[in-house]
Amino acid sequence: MSLLQYGVKVHNEIMLMPPRHSIAVEEAIRLREKKSVAVDSITAISIGPAKAVDTIRTALAMGADAGIHVVTPENAIVEPIAVASALKKVIEDKKIDLVIMGKQAIDDDSGSTGGILAGKLGWSQGSFASKLELKEGGQVDITREIDGGLEQISSKLPVIVTTDLRLNEPRYASLPNIMKAKKKKIETIKPEDLGLDLTPRLETISVSEPPKRQGGGKVESVDELVSKMKEAGVI
Amino acid sequence: MLLRAALRTSRLSSLASAQRRLASSLVFLEHKNGKLNDSSLNAVTAAQTLGSDTAGIVVGSKSDVDGVLEEVKKIDGLTKIYTAASDDYAHALAENVAPLLASVLPAKNISHLFAAHTAVGKNVFPRLAGILDSSMIADIVALESSGDVFTRPIYAGNAILKIKSSPKDAIKIVTVRTTAFDKAKTGGGSATVEEVEAKSGDSTTKYVSEELTISSRPDLSSASRVVSGGRALKSQENFNKILDPLADALGAAVGASRAAVDAGYADNSLQVGQTGKVVAPELYVAAGISGAIQHLAGMKESKLIVAINKDADAPIFQVADVGLVADLFEAVPELTKKIESAKA
Repeated sequence: MSLLQYGVKVHNEIMLMPPRHSIAVEEAIRLREKKSVAVDSITAISIGPAKAVDTIRTALAMGADAGIHVVTPENAIVEPIAVASALKKVIEDKKIDLVIMGKQAIDDDSGSTGGILAGKLGWSQGSFASKLELKEGGQVDITREIDGGLEQISSKLPVIVTTDLRLNEPRYASLPNIMKAKKKKIETIKPEDLGLDLTPRLETISVSEPPKRQGGGKVESVDELVSKMKEAGVI
Repeated sequence: MLLRAALRTSRLSSLASAQRRLASSLVFLEHKNGKLNDSSLNAVTAAQTLGSDTAGIVVGSKSDVDGVLEEVKKIDGLTKIYTAASDDYAHALAENVAPLLASVLPAKNISHLFAAHTAVGKNVFPRLAGILDSSMIADIVALESSGDVFTRPIYAGNAILKIKSSPKDAIKIVTVRTTAFDKAKTGGGSATVEEVEAKSGDSTTKYVSEELTISSRPDLSSASRVVSGGRALKSQENFNKILDPLADALGAAVGASRAAVDAGYADNSLQVGQTGKVVAPELYVAAGISGAIQHLAGMKESKLIVAINKDADAPIFQVADVGLVADLFEAVPELTKKIESAKA
C-alpha cells in the first residue's frame, strides 16, 4: 500500500510546514510504525512556488520516503479546486490508497481541498479525523470531530483523511534525519505536464483589514467590573 | 416607436426572468434528532440577500425528515421544501448526501446553494464542489445581491477577502458564518413540499456511533452569553468548579481556549477559535485566556468582551471592553457571588 501525504502552502512568503500538514505527515509515519497494515511508501507532495520544496524536505526529514513538488509560479494563487485537480492526477498516476492532509490551510481558511479531492476521485472521506486506524483488508476506522462531540465511521480504502489538530503531536526531525532527507528524491512536476490550467476562478476584488477592536481599558476591582457589566446591561 | 418600446419591454422582461432563473437559491437545512439546527436559519437569511425565491432541502432518514418537516415548512421566506428520505442519509454522510445534492441542483435550476458553516456543511459541501467541479465559497460574512460577490475572513480573521465568483462556477456552493447573519424568523411561512428521488450511494463508508457531550446549558454557537476558560484554570476540576457557577449565574454557555482543550480541562466541542467554534454573543467572559490570534478569531465579534487575567500584558486586554488584572481563582467566584446577589 502507498500513502500520499500532502503538505501544501501557497501564496505565502514564509514557507513553514503548516501545522495541520505536519500532523498529517506524523500520522502517515505512525501508521507505518504501527505495522497493523504494511505501508510500502509514504510520499509527501506540495503544490506551490520554488520555496515549497522546503516543506517537502521537512516531511522527508520526519520520515516520508519521497517527495513530489508541483511547481507553480511565484505569487500565483492556487485555489483549492486547482490543488485538488492536481492532486487527483498525481494520485491516479502513483496508485495511492490513502491520502492524509490538513483539514484547512491557516492562510486561506477554506478547509475544502480534502473534500473537493474526495468528490473528484469518488473516494470515501474522513474529515476532521482525531483518530485513525488501518486494519487488514483495507478497513479504515475513523473518529471524527463533529459539532457537539465525536462520530465514529468505518470505511474501506481508498480514503481521503483530513486531520484534526488533536490527531497527534508531530515529531521533530532529528539532525541525522534532516541530513538523510537531503538524499531522498523529490520529483518535480509542472502543472502543464499534468495538463492543468490553474488559473484562479475567483477574482480577488479586495483584501482589507478587519475593523479594529479597541480595548476599553482595565478596572481595578470586581465591584467595578460588576458595575461596568450593569452599565452595559448584561446583568 | 411603439414597437421599439414593446421590444424593449419584452427584452427587459426576458432579462428579468433570466435573472430570476439565475438566482434561485436552495438552503441545506441541517437537523438532528428531529430538530432543525438553528444555524440553518442564518443561512436562510444569507440566501435571501439574493432577493429571489428561496427553497430549502431536508435530507435524512424517513423519520428524521417527517420529524422536522412541519417546523421547516414554517420558516419565513422559504417557498418550497424539497425532501429526500432514505436510511442512507441518516447521519449526513458526505458520500451519500453530496451525490444527491449534485443531482438535485441542476435538475431544479438552482444557482446558489447555502448551508451554515457547521461540521456538516464543512464535510458535505466541499465534496459536492468536487463532484460539480465548482469552487467552494466557505464561511462567508457578507454577499452582494448580484450573487457573485462574497466576503470572507482569511488568515484567522486578520484579513477580509472580497471575491467575485466566475461564471465557470455555474452553481455557487456557499457556507455561511452564522454569527454574521440574523436568524430567519419562523412561524409565518407556508412552503409547499416536494419529494425528490433519493439516490442510494455506493459508498463504503458506514456510520458506526457517536459520543455527544450532554449539557444543560445553552448551545455554545448560538448562546447570547459565553463564559470561557483557558489554561490558567490548571485542571479539569478547577475548570468546572470555577466556571460552571459563573455560567449558571449568567445563563451562559461554557467555552474554552485550545490550550484548555489540549490540556484536557474541557471537551473539544467547547473550543472557541479558528479551529473550533466562532461565536458572537452579547457577552463573552474570558477567564485565564491570554488571547492568542487563533482564539480571537473565534470571539472578537462578541458585543461585550470581559477579560480576567493575572498577566496585565496579555493580548486579550487589547480587545476586551472591560479588563480585570486579577487571579481568576479569587475574582471569578467573587464575580459569581456579586452577580447572584445583583439578581436577587
